[in-house]
Amino acid sequence: MQNTYFVDGVRTPFGKAGEKGVYWNTRADDLIVKSMIGLLDRHPNLPKESIDDVAIAATTQTGDQGLTIGRTSTLLAGLPLSVPGFAIDRMCAGAMTAVTMTGSAIGVGAYDVVLAGGVEHMGRHPMGEGADPNPRFIAEKLVDPEALNMGNTAEKIHDRFPSLTKERADAFAVRSQQRAAAAYDKGYIQQDLVTISATTAEGVRVVDRDELLRPDSTIEGMKDLKTPFRAGGKVTAGNASPLTDGATISLLAGDQAVKQYGLKPRMRMVGFAFAGVEPEIMGIGPIPSTEKALKKAGLSIDDIGLFEINEAFAVQVLSFLEHFKIADDDKRVNAWGGAIAFGHPLASSGVRLMNQLSRQFEMQPDVRYGITSMCIGLGMGGTVIWENEFFDGKKK
Amino acid sequence: MKLDYFEELWSNQDEVITHSYVQDVKLKSGKTLALITLDNGKDHTRPSTLGPLTLKQFSEKVEALEVRAKNGEIHGLAITGKPYFLAAGADLSKAGNLASSRAGRLFVELGHFALGKLGNFPVPTFVFINGLALGGGLEIALNANYRTVNKAAPAIALPEVFLGLLPGWGGAYLLPNLIGIRNALKVIIENPLKQNRMLSPKEALDLGIADVMFEPQRFIEDSVAWADKVLSGLKPTRKNKPGLFEKLVVWSPAVGIARKMLKQKIGTVPLAPYAALDLIDEAKFSSKEAGFKREDEELEKLISSDQFRASMYAFNLVQKHAKNPQGAPDPKLAIKVQKVGIVGAGLMASQFALLFLRRLGVPVIITDVSQERVDKGLAYVRSELDKLVEKGRMSVDDRNRFSANLSGTLDLKDFANCDWVIEAVFEEMKIKQDVFTRVEQVVREDCVLATNTSSLSVDEIAKVLKHPERMVGFHFFNPVAVMPLLEVVKAPKSNDVSIATAMRVAKDLKKTAVITSDSTGFVVNRLLGYLLGEAMRAVDEGIPFEEVADAIAPLGLPMNPFDLLELVGLQVGAHVLDSMYGFSSERFYKTESLHALAKYGKIRTKDAKGNPTGYDPEAIKIVSGGTRVRTKAEVFDQLIVGLAKEIRLMLDEGVVQSAEDIDLCMIMGAGWPFHMGGITPYLDRVGASQKVFGKSFHTPMIRGV
Repeated sequence: MQNTYFVDGVRTPFGKAGEKGVYWNTRADDLIVKSMIGLLDRHPNLPKESIDDVAIAATTQTGDQGLTIGRTSTLLAGLPLSVPGFAIDRMCAGAMTAVTMTGSAIGVGAYDVVLAGGVEHMGRHPMGEGADPNPRFIAEKLVDPEALNMGNTAEKIHDRFPSLTKERADAFAVRSQQRAAAAYDKGYIQQDLVTISATTAEGVRVVDRDELLRPDSTIEGMKDLKTPFRAGGKVTAGNASPLTDGATISLLAGDQAVKQYGLKPRMRMVGFAFAGVEPEIMGIGPIPSTEKALKKAGLSIDDIGLFEINEAFAVQVLSFLEHFKIADDDKRVNAWGGAIAFGHPLASSGVRLMNQLSRQFEMQPDVRYGITSMCIGLGMGGTVIWENEFFDGKKK
Repeated sequence: MKLDYFEELWSNQDEVITHSYVQDVKLKSGKTLALITLDNGKDHTRPSTLGPLTLKQFSEKVEALEVRAKNGEIHGLAITGKPYFLAAGADLSKAGNLASSRAGRLFVELGHFALGKLGNFPVPTFVFINGLALGGGLEIALNANYRTVNKAAPAIALPEVFLGLLPGWGGAYLLPNLIGIRNALKVIIENPLKQNRMLSPKEALDLGIADVMFEPQRFIEDSVAWADKVLSGLKPTRKNKPGLFEKLVVWSPAVGIARKMLKQKIGTVPLAPYAALDLIDEAKFSSKEAGFKREDEELEKLISSDQFRASMYAFNLVQKHAKNPQGAPDPKLAIKVQKVGIVGAGLMASQFALLFLRRLGVPVIITDVSQERVDKGLAYVRSELDKLVEKGRMSVDDRNRFSANLSGTLDLKDFANCDWVIEAVFEEMKIKQDVFTRVEQVVREDCVLATNTSSLSVDEIAKVLKHPERMVGFHFFNPVAVMPLLEVVKAPKSNDVSIATAMRVAKDLKKTAVITSDSTGFVVNRLLGYLLGEAMRAVDEGIPFEEVADAIAPLGLPMNPFDLLELVGLQVGAHVLDSMYGFSSERFYKTESLHALAKYGKIRTKDAKGNPTGYDPEAIKIVSGGTRVRTKAEVFDQLIVGLAKEIRLMLDEGVVQSAEDIDLCMIMGAGWPFHMGGITPYLDRVGASQKVFGKSFHTPMIRGV
């Protein structure tokens, strides 16, 4: 048994999905390959042969995201042929699951060094592409037909928790944009972006910034946005994460490798949990998964000093905060903004959360524990608890 | 000079424009790099090319950026291409159809005007060679200040000389001044003449064409980061850049040596290589302006020349015409060849075995009259496979596979499951007929039978068969592995399935196949037989060897007729002449003197390296005694008239379907030069066709403006 550490992570700048997006003509596998090389370039002393496995998540595993993308990408990146790879899928929590599974393998001593990440090109692979749900789901009423549309599941949270108003959701969304803009101004985000060259119809573009940010968002401007999921609804393009193209990847290592290769880990994996809820209200998934993870780790919510919660929808984060009695604008939560601002390329988002958490740990040695958490389609939540490697023992 | 100057080039164009898209790139240093992407909007099957409207747009974009550079808005300019291509050079469909030499001159000047801007830009210029960079494509890069190259770029070259042109958008002046005289000679002259050899990115880096090479995955990203460093003061070292010593001492002698070697290798007929040599020599001390002006002058001449048009004709024959063989049946009729039988285990048969094993990847079985001969054949093929492994040109896995696929037998019954049986036995009707009679008894009804005969009638051989429709001629050229041509002979009874299968096999063997009728000598031996016969006729008349060679030199053949005779073997040559004489004693010449020379063994004297130095005194003695002496001009005139007549007859007889097929055969099967278009464009131009049949092979004739 050994400790599992998050050493480092990078991502592509996230792009707008669809024809108008910067990555429309860029392949998903190229995004993950460029990220992989960008990450390894930051660790020149780590022998590439030492990588025990490469886990890459994608929700739609077909076309340029198919063919066991964890293996194709290691070949395309020019890693030694001896380095294996595999593909993984837990929809939005793909990269998170890549980290927890390979991290566990490090824990039992099977692995020492792994790369774990995810990619989703939602322009080339719209959600649900090629899916063929079993008719029993509907015939036997196993799920509400609305469960397969994520926007509807978010509307359902508003239904169930009337106190979570559209106004609170909009305010949360505007704050996310403002926090992201502030973090950009300070250079916090850019430090972990790999520059991507993207072929477009108007020439090669060199992308070094998220494309979807809307730092000028205002509550006023959001008020009258359309509610595409239902008439008179509350979920809008403003208080939801946009459709996004992007890739993320992280470097994990165990005690032995950290010592051998002189790696500088930023956080230690304390524990994790995944939990299921009703599919039609999948956004509340982080609540049970966090409770379960805390219980297994012997910690309470009060021990957690920093939260990175995926903002699939503002209301879904609000349901989590309200449950744990945390204020909507608590500075510990998504301090540098979230998916509403950056975008949410499904299977890749998990590592973005970890990256941002680890960088905040670095700047806040008084914080000991943090969590990354996200809701997952078909009614799940996932939570990973991390310990700050910079923790100085002096709690503020 | 302004763009308006070129106005007459803008009209009447159906050019596929390669667009210049500009994007600003923010660099880590805070500076801004303007990045131009060249993209014709087509997929990877249509490389970007540079025509007049492309160059116009490029100039306009660069001029606009010049203003921004002067205003301090951009700190560098970089050019790259769409995925896999920087650019494949000047738009040859345009260059090959320019209506006048004036239009040619303007197009050349426009190239200088547009690309030259990169050399005189207010801020540093870069080209990121992301992919294929040929000719004018590479010259974009040469005109810039700095170059990066993608390790996976498929090819980098200045192939102009191969096509009868020269690198005249700055290449001839800039390249020697960048990478030194010897390297430049290699890139501009030697490589194009070696079957248009191209450079790998690594070679381009080592030669000094590129300053730095990056891996493909992040080529643009790394190039941009490198450009940032250069803008911040990094100075790449250029170890091959010629210094004063090289210019004073090495330069002109190197050009002189190259000139001498060229004369020896290709004669003096082709214009382009010599014009290129002149320019490279002058590039030593002339200014860039003067160098570019000389490129304009020389390229104008070439682009209007007969040789360039003939080269383009030949290039299209090889690139396009060859891929759609005339008279070929539906390819779908071909049967799938899963096992090959070869009758014979001698040198030729063994070479077949090697080729079929490697290219078809199917079991190959050989047979011969004795176990000893079979064993010898097997051992030869296996040792050749081993050699390929030793040279690193074949993997051990492939060697093992091919070796396991090879077997030998004395029992023809082992041929029972072959789909394709080819013979390489002695060139005698009785023997070949006997072989196929026995083969037919054991093979399936749909097995195709192929003969490699060069002089016997395929129809006659097939007469002994129960199913003569399955027999085809399959005529290779020596050396089998190297020579690209195959004459597929359609005998009167050959059916479509057999011909389709033969064409499929030829394609899988990576050969260029031309379908010919079952007529003595097919195409190549018939015309070579005529040419060599005429050479020997002149020799017999008493004209010395070297004067005969001189007389024929204007045809621009890669080697003189006596070198050619030695290459194919004097005995084989004598045999070809005899069989062509047997075909028509009126038109073809045969001579005992060639048999005597064959018996003696040589015509030429050679130096230690095997280069011919003169003519063997004994050989001269053997052919002495002639009394009737024509002038060289008479010999040549009669030769080209005879060739025109023979080709006209071949077309009338339907040996092949077109003059294009004749030229393709002579280019691919006998190495006849591109700059003559093979032979028929030349015969038209010099009036031989007119003299023989009152018309020309090509309408309009293939000639310059």
